[in-house]
Amino acid sequence: MKKIIDAVDDVVVDALRGMSLAHPDTLRVDLDHRLVLRAQPKDDGKVAIISGGGSGHEPLHGGFVGHGMLDAACAGEVFTSPVPDQMTAAIAAVDRGAGVLQIVKNYTGDVMNFEMAAELADAESGIAVRSVITNDDVAVEDSTFTAGRRGVGGTVLVEKIAGAAAEEGLDLEAVTAVAERVNAGARSMGVALTSATVPANGKPSFELGEDEVEIGIGIHGEPGRRREKLAPAKDLARTMLEPILAELPGEGPVLLFVNGLGGTPLLELYILAADAHEILAEAGIEVSRHLVGNFITSLDMAGASLTLLRLDEELTRWWDAPVSTPALRKGI
Amino acid sequence: MADALTALTPSDLAAWLRRSSTLLAEHVSALNELDAAIGDADHGSNMKRGFAAVVTALDAEEFADIPALMKKVGMTLVSSVGGASGPLYGTFFLRLGTSQPGATQLDAADLLAALRAGVGGIEQRGKATVGEKTMLDAWAPALDAFEQASTGEDASDLAAAVRAGAEGAEQGREATTPLQASKGRASYLGERSIGHVDPGAASTALLWQALAETVAGQEGSA
Repeated sequence: MKKIIDAVDDVVVDALRGMSLAHPDTLRVDLDHRLVLRAQPKDDGKVAIISGGGSGHEPLHGGFVGHGMLDAACAGEVFTSPVPDQMTAAIAAVDRGAGVLQIVKNYTGDVMNFEMAAELADAESGIAVRSVITNDDVAVEDSTFTAGRRGVGGTVLVEKIAGAAAEEGLDLEAVTAVAERVNAGARSMGVALTSATVPANGKPSFELGEDEVEIGIGIHGEPGRRREKLAPAKDLARTMLEPILAELPGEGPVLLFVNGLGGTPLLELYILAADAHEILAEAGIEVSRHLVGNFITSLDMAGASLTLLRLDEELTRWWDAPVSTPALRKGI
Repeated sequence: MADALTALTPSDLAAWLRRSSTLLAEHVSALNELDAAIGDADHGSNMKRGFAAVVTALDAEEFADIPALMKKVGMTLVSSVGGASGPLYGTFFLRLGTSQPGATQLDAADLLAALRAGVGGIEQRGKATVGEKTMLDAWAPALDAFEQASTGEDASDLAAAVRAGAEGAEQGREATTPLQASKGRASYLGERSIGHVDPGAASTALLWQALAETVAGQEGSA
């Protein structure tokens, strides 16, 4: 294992300390609870949004804390859910009297820990808490006989759009409904060229041959649908887009999100973006918005995921709304 | 060796938890290896860390009754284990305690009711049923064996009944091997989850072993 770290047991706290020092104007970091918070809390009377999950997916979630997106993010150990104490501390810190929405990726540990946090917050402080579980990964085919589709790239889009709706002043039920609508309209699929290496384990989580790719990889290295020989970017784009389009609900223009998993250069992501755009054009699907970059990663895994989200006028307006976070900034 | 117990006080339950912590620490690598096959290789480390935190909490405080003790244990596990096991085991101990309001000792019938309430909490939290390759597959046969041995006209004493429960948990743990996981991270492996013992069922069997040893008055009991 070759990594730029000081101590294997301290990677999460050490990185949070760095985030705090790098973004003093926008972020405040609570190292005891491992929370990333806004330096300037939002106005009273607005719905607050928290998220969180295992570390190792940066910039998700801490990098999306700021005006127009999240109010707080709870950082778990690498690839391990945060615990309810963290979420209850975050909920108490960010509530502005209008309640708190939790955005939770569909992994068993995350779902249970956020669920317990919501119960505890209700019992201790009476703060209204709602949760939206993101599950956009079409790689999980038989969701009846599994823990269900995993939450991946669509989570970023849910956080952006629900964040804009909350900033606009919608109430808790309405912001929750917006988050659910975005999740329902988003579908994703990823491919891995290499495994990730969890610092505490010191070795790759799985083995892939030099010329192999895992189709449908999960962001913690969970297995996908199958392994194939590495193919040109356009074939990979087609391999991901076919199952996405087969399950994408609705009609109309889409947002195309090309996401790097951590170890793939932006040069390659733009190649994939061009190919995906061309395939969608051939299929008669208008791409009205784009996002390209490393936004939900899997440590040092080489690979990429594609996400499509159906956009209507309202969702487009919230997507375009100003946002100012360390990892996503526009219109400000 | 001390005498076998006929009812469990807070200090007996504390002894069970201390013995559990020792057994989990001894089996940390074995549990991590089971988890490596179908999960993310940290179940042993997480359980060891959580029960070490429980022992620290037991050292710091005296508990007036069983609900107070179990609330502390449950909340400590929820805060320190992480993953899915933290909420599941945490909910188990919380429900075990709240099912016996004001209790300062548990006889066999109380213990059965308390354990059933705890396992009900696991089912509710995990939205799982028996046969999905989870810790429930060890809890369910353990409770059935304990109930059978502790009730009726020819009921065994508490020590023998808990021993029967521990044997039920061990059999349940082994019986997870041919099952295909349909809950948790292992479910994404589909058929590839078959042929491995479930790590949660294995840690549950260790908790039963610790309970049996404690009630029998063997090492680690108060």
